[in-house]
Amino acid sequence: MATSASQAATANRPRPAGDRRRGSGPRTVRSTLGLKLPAVLLLVLWMIVPLVMTLWFSFQRYNLLDASDRGFAGLDNYAYLLTDPGLAQAIWNTVLLVGWVLVITVGLGTLLAVLFDQEFWGRGVARVLVIAPFFVMPTVSALVWKNLLMHPVNGLFSWLARSFELEAIDWFGDLPLISIIVMVAWQWLPFATLILLTSVQGLDPERKEAARMDGAGPVAMFFHIIVPHLSRSIGVVIMIETLFLLSIFAEIFVTTGGGPGFASTNLTFLIYRYALREYDVGGASAGGVIAIVLANVVAMFLMRSLRRSIEA
Amino acid sequence: MRTRALRRKVIFTVAGWTVALLMFFPVFWMVLASFKTELEAVSTPPSLFFRPTLENYVAVQERADYLRFAWNSVLVSFGSTALALVIACPAAYAMAFFPTRRTKDTLVWMLSTKFLPPVGVLVPIYLIFRDTGLLDVRAGLLMVYTLINLPIVVWMLFSFFREVPHEILEAGRMDGASTREEILHLLLPLSLPGIVSTALLAIILSWNEAFWSLNLTAARAGPLTAFIASFSSPEGLFWAKLSAASTMAIAPIVVFGWLSQRQLVRGLTFGAVK
Repeated sequence: MATSASQAATANRPRPAGDRRRGSGPRTVRSTLGLKLPAVLLLVLWMIVPLVMTLWFSFQRYNLLDASDRGFAGLDNYAYLLTDPGLAQAIWNTVLLVGWVLVITVGLGTLLAVLFDQEFWGRGVARVLVIAPFFVMPTVSALVWKNLLMHPVNGLFSWLARSFELEAIDWFGDLPLISIIVMVAWQWLPFATLILLTSVQGLDPERKEAARMDGAGPVAMFFHIIVPHLSRSIGVVIMIETLFLLSIFAEIFVTTGGGPGFASTNLTFLIYRYALREYDVGGASAGGVIAIVLANVVAMFLMRSLRRSIEA
Repeated sequence: MRTRALRRKVIFTVAGWTVALLMFFPVFWMVLASFKTELEAVSTPPSLFFRPTLENYVAVQERADYLRFAWNSVLVSFGSTALALVIACPAAYAMAFFPTRRTKDTLVWMLSTKFLPPVGVLVPIYLIFRDTGLLDVRAGLLMVYTLINLPIVVWMLFSFFREVPHEILEAGRMDGASTREEILHLLLPLSLPGIVSTALLAIILSWNEAFWSLNLTAARAGPLTAFIASFSSPEGLFWAKLSAASTMAIAPIVVFGWLSQRQLVRGLTFGAVK
């Protein structure tokens, strides 16, 4: 720190006029281009090359198991994919999965944020416990939920059900999508809570006090003061979660394998099926293009709100 | 009034701890199972009182496999984070201190690359990797992780760098420091806490990443996510050992996360939530 202090002192010496503007001085904008170039170039390559290849393959007849039969396929891959009964269900499952997890995590996350904003004994430790699931890798949480908790015979939930004389549920067999939604919501609730809690703590205490003076009860306070204050952070939570939830994979891979049938197959998993199980490069690429289009529809809406939030 | 305040506090304590214990329960239950024998782990009613054993940890450790997978995880997540930092630092420096009209567009564009769903580019990446011999090679996975995390790392560094007083860097420049010296000797020490939390987040994300690791690696270069997934088939009999392996797989990263939770919030929201 000593050096920086002395450097700061030298900053006060007289400088030529026009040198005060941000970004002028010995290094011009032109000379910083080289600094940005590696990062920008790498990302362009990482985006463009696979994108072009995916588009190209999606119009090709190309199965890795039969290398002799290759050629231009026109729209065959898309036609095949669009008539696949799995596709509509996979898209619908993706929507359900993302939608329900968002509803659960944002809803409960808001309540938990308010709860953990209150003073209580051992709050710091309790908060650390609540956050933990976020750091558990998806394959581990999938195995824990599949075996230790939701296993139809030896799982904890089935034992609980039986001890209340209820019928044990075969969670991943009979309710595969719901089970995955519950598990993923458990993984993402800490994230929503953490972000919203930070935002609640930034609420001006005087505004709360003023509302209380006006006779607002806890419920009115929650809906008229806290929720409006949180709206921007809720937008951020929705954006970041959507980004990750659209491509949920390991949770399905480990628990249900997309089944039974297509009951728990999302778009990501469907394309994985084409690509690495059936070796159908053309079909998988056409699926990839559809996934990209869908993600971009979502992104357009979300990026607009993100842009607004960084400008504010 | 004082009794009312006390009652409030009691209620919130009960509510808060109930939520905390419920949320943490699956993790706790897994750690508990890792100290049981295999028979106790699958027994119903679940055994709560048992003689803890370390045999599962010993067994997992003896499968030399575990250490290799763990080492792969460490190498790939730390390596990709270091590489991403090296590439992102100059870019974030340029954008934070020499912004142009295009800077904001560039930043938003960088983040938008995260909206390219990985599965959309799975096939080409898989084929490129196959043809260049990068399948199941650590360097290949490390490269992929560097690229997926690069936008986030640039963003975070940008928002941390912006808080460094401009005058200090300018003074260094006046004294004739080169760009490299300026970044290494002035900027990095001044924004060290921000860089550390950026690194932590990148490490956590890579450590837990499970799409590319499951699709691009197998026994040789597979990190812990692949190791744990390989347990998904044998049902029933290995719950205790599986729990031990899982505990070992997540322990370092959970501790990492706990230590850095405050910085993580800022990182995760790119400073949008203060």
